[in-house]
Formats: sequence, C-alpha cells, structure tokens
Amino acid sequence: MGKTIAEKIFDAHFVDKPADDINVIRLDAVFCHEITTPVAINDLVKRNKDKVFDPEKIKAVIDHVTPAKDSKTALQGKILRKWAARHNIVDFFDIGRNGICHAIFPEKGFVRPGSTIIMGDSHTCTYGAFGAFAAGVGTTDLEVGILKGVCAFKHPETIKVIISGTMQSGVFAKDVILSIIERIGVNGATNKVIEFTGPVVDSMSMEERMTICNMAVEAGGTCGICYPDMATVEYLWEFIKDKYSTKKTALNLFMQLVSDCDAKYDIVINHDITHLTPQITDGYKPDNVKPVSEMEGIKVDQVYIGSCTNGRIEDLRVAARVLEGKQISSLVRGIVSPATPKVYSMALDEKILKIFLDAGFCITNPTCGACLGMSNGVLAEGEVCVATTNRNFNGRMGKNSMLHLASPATAAATAIAGHITNSKLFVADNK
Amino acid sequence: MKNFSGRALFLDRADINTDEIIPARYLTEVSKTALKPYLLEGLKLERFDPKVDLDNKKVIITRDNFGCGSSREHAAWALEVNGINLVIAESFARIFKQNMFNCGMLAVEMPVKTIDYLFSMRGNGCIVIKTDFIKSVFLVKIKNQKEELDFSISGFNRALINAGGWVEYADLNY
Repeated sequence: MGKTIAEKIFDAHFVDKPADDINVIRLDAVFCHEITTPVAINDLVKRNKDKVFDPEKIKAVIDHVTPAKDSKTALQGKILRKWAARHNIVDFFDIGRNGICHAIFPEKGFVRPGSTIIMGDSHTCTYGAFGAFAAGVGTTDLEVGILKGVCAFKHPETIKVIISGTMQSGVFAKDVILSIIERIGVNGATNKVIEFTGPVVDSMSMEERMTICNMAVEAGGTCGICYPDMATVEYLWEFIKDKYSTKKTALNLFMQLVSDCDAKYDIVINHDITHLTPQITDGYKPDNVKPVSEMEGIKVDQVYIGSCTNGRIEDLRVAARVLEGKQISSLVRGIVSPATPKVYSMALDEKILKIFLDAGFCITNPTCGACLGMSNGVLAEGEVCVATTNRNFNGRMGKNSMLHLASPATAAATAIAGHITNSKLFVADNK
Repeated sequence: MKNFSGRALFLDRADINTDEIIPARYLTEVSKTALKPYLLEGLKLERFDPKVDLDNKKVIITRDNFGCGSSREHAAWALEVNGINLVIAESFARIFKQNMFNCGMLAVEMPVKTIDYLFSMRGNGCIVIKTDFIKSVFLVKIKNQKEELDFSISGFNRALINAGGWVEYADLNY
C-alpha cells in the first residue's frame, strides 16, 4: 500500500506510538507568537523547566498586537522578548522587523518540504503549501514542543481535493478555497489532512497555495498540504542553494514526498472551478458561502485587506488594480495591512501603497490586527465589514458585528462601491 | 485527577467556536484565572445568559463540532478555572479536544441519539453527572431518576488524564 505525503512525513519523524492511532513525531520547527506562548513560558518557569529543545529550531514573532496597544499586550511582548533573549533564539522578530507569522516565516525560508512544524495558532496549516506537515496546536502542545521537540498526532487520514478547470478572470485562490470549504463543511475535515492537488494547484504561485492551505482549518483540517514542485524550489532557492547543487537536485529530492499513486485516501473530491464566480461568506460560519452577485448591494462600514490569508504582495497588487485611479466610498473605512515588512517595502517600490493612499485607505503596519478583533480596526456593534481574512465567527472583528470573507479584488471593489459587489476584474460572460 | 462530576449546563447548538467560549479581546491575559469571568461571553444563544446559567455548573453537554476555530487553549482554561472539566458532545474540533486532554480535562464524544436523549431529559429538572473515570461510566441523575451511560475515550487520552496532562506525560516518556 502506498503512502500519502503526510504519512511519509510522519514516518520520517517517528518517535513513538503510545497508542494504535497516535504518533508522537519529532518537530523540525516550533513557531511562537506573543498571544499563545507567554502562558507556556510562564508555566515552564513555574515548573523549573525553562529550557528550549533547540534555539535554532524555534522562531518567534510579535505579530498579533503590535505595537502594543496597552499594558497587557506590552507584557505579552515583554515575556516573549525576554524569553527569546535568554534562550538565544536568534530568529525573533520584534517591532520594525515583524510581520504576520504565517507570512513572515515562509518568506524567511523557514518552511521546507517534508518538515514538521507546530505553532500555537490555528492557521499554522498555511505552511502545508510547501509540502510540510504543519499544524496549529494549543499552548500545552506548544509548551511540550518548546521543551522536548515532539508532538502527538492521530494517524494522518487524508482528504484529497483535486482542483481542476480554468480559473476565470477575477476569480482568485480565495474564491477557490471558500468554494471548497462550502463543499466540505466546517467540520468535514476534522482530524484529517487536506491534500490540495490537480492542475489548478500546479499552476498556482506559492502565495496562492498559502491562501488555499491557510483555510484548511476552517473545514476542521489538521493541515492543508500541496505537493512540492518547481514553484516551491524557486521560492526557496535563495535559502537552499548551498545545500543542493542544482534546482533539479532539490526538486528530485522533494518529489519523493509526493503521495504514491496507490496511497489510501479517506475521500477524494474532484473540484472543477471552471464555472466558479467570486465568492463571499454570509452569516457566522466560513462554510456559508455564496456568489458575490447574490450578496450584491449589502452596505458595508469597513473594508479590511490583510491577514495571513490575503495580506501578501500578490493580494495587494490585485486590490491595487481594482483601486487604481478610484476613490473609496465616503461611507467606508478602508484599511490595508501589508503582511510583512518585505511586502510593505515591495508595495512601496511598486507604488501600490500610493494607490491605496490616494483611494482613501489607511495603511497600517504589518500585524494580525483587526482579523481577530484585537486592534487596528475593531468594529462597533451592528457594523458590517468585508475582509480578506479567514474567519467570520460572530464577534470575531468586534462584538455583534458582521464580517463577510472575500478576495482582495472583491474587497477593493466593495470599498469603492460602498456595498458588496464584484470587481471589474470579473467578467461574467462565460457561464 | 480533576473533578469530572457535577451539574450539567446544556448548550443547544452545533459549531460553538472558541471565539464564543472566550472572545479574543481576553487573549491579552497571561494567567488562566484572569479568564474566569468571561467564559462563554461571546455565545449568543436563546435563553442563555452566562452570568446566570453558568452558576454551579461543572459539566457541559452540547452538540456537534464543539470548540471549532482558533487554537486558543484559553477556551479550555476558561472552563477549567470555572471548575468545568468535563464536556460531553456529539463531536469536538481537533485542537480544542486535544487541549482539554493536554490539561488533564475530559472531552467525551457520545452518539447523536444519546445526546438527544440527554437534552430531552433536561426539562425534568437539574441534571447531575457523576463520573466514574476508571469504569468509564457516567451516572446521570435527575431528581429520583438514575441512569448509567458507558463512555469511551482513547487509551492515549486516558493516559494523559492519569498523568495529569501532556506536559507530565511527555516529561516521563520523552
């Protein structure tokens, strides 16, 4: 019987099998941020176990609330900062150099095909875009990861989603993943890995694959995962070129991870996106998804472009194409948060930020910010926002507010119109 | 071992997420006890008021996919610091369920018809669950009525509870 990519990664990292369905695996990296890590740090100190399994394999960032908004968030930053310093964690990203974890860690080359990663953050599944097994965990799993470099997981049963067809103009990776979540449901992939494959994924950039894998958890998935290919090698080349003589050598090695053709899957889903139109969520569950046209006209108070789902340079470029030469509605507050300093810098060089500014957007520093309603754009009760983020739970961006998840193109077009609408990039003549 | 017995609170909705169990605005706390007043503050449910309904409750009985969403262990901690160490549900989201066992708490899945049955009994008065962890039995009591329900959890999760949590277990074994 063949193996899936996740099974191959588990085999290569095997430590223990404490029960039939449980694997304890060795971790190649433990990523940390200032919201979920401080309690683990405090607990380790209290237990007199203030150690780290390997300072080079731990990466940390202050990203959720930065700059600190009050004494409490300042304390969270302080605990993480001092911990990183006393354990010689070199890859620690503080204000000025920090960005959203799931954007900055891949950008720094920390995510490699075949590696195992945990983080105290549910959107850790993003890193599967690189052919890694990466899972969000709670603080206790994080704490054991920091201390021992291991984590326990169920055997990785896998759902294979084969994405085929032709993506229409104005339809983006976000629309694709929303349509997949609608199909699987919010708990359809609980305890499972979702493999995203097929010609559409093959032709996607790493950024697009990250958008797809980022939302695997919204279907309950432990990890989203794509097969590594030449796009993966190209993205990582500056970080791995000393290790492999040629790109082809690296590719051949990474390709060994690809699932065997006789691998066993829980379900195989064929998802044709040829007729897919731009999508948007309605209500408080990420699987409640509709075509934007069905939501057309709903007035919004705020548009938020950013987050670990859609705050990368490609997302800003798309939004800028929609916004160029236009002004956003005077009734809408537009906020854009480039995901990392590099994204920010590229957007500056490409004059994208000027387009946002001229359109009337507020540009924030890289941060998770409003996505989880902690800072930089929290909504008032009864307000409506279209956001490029990943989760539309009741109260997510502010108590008793309403959040609609959409692509950067839809978000930008909505900001201009003042109500939910399709972007000019979408031409609906191919149905 | 923690206490897994007491009066039950019924939450009649599927997909109750971690933002509802503990809203993100409280994630700025760095101690578990600070979360105590905010448990289920984000949950909008008909005839549910956390300030009134949580009083003296030690067990939660609920529907499908409890604890979905964010990985925040604050959701399990907010239950723990309120003395609620047992949740019985049709199913759980992965991270939330693991967080509970990692903290030495008990998350038990029951078939839909058992959950339906428990919900149907709640009109008859206050329901008390008495847990025999070793025998894997819940003794369900309403007024003078008593009933035994068998439950099962995986051997690994049982070992985590016996050890006191994942930190203790990992420290012994790895």
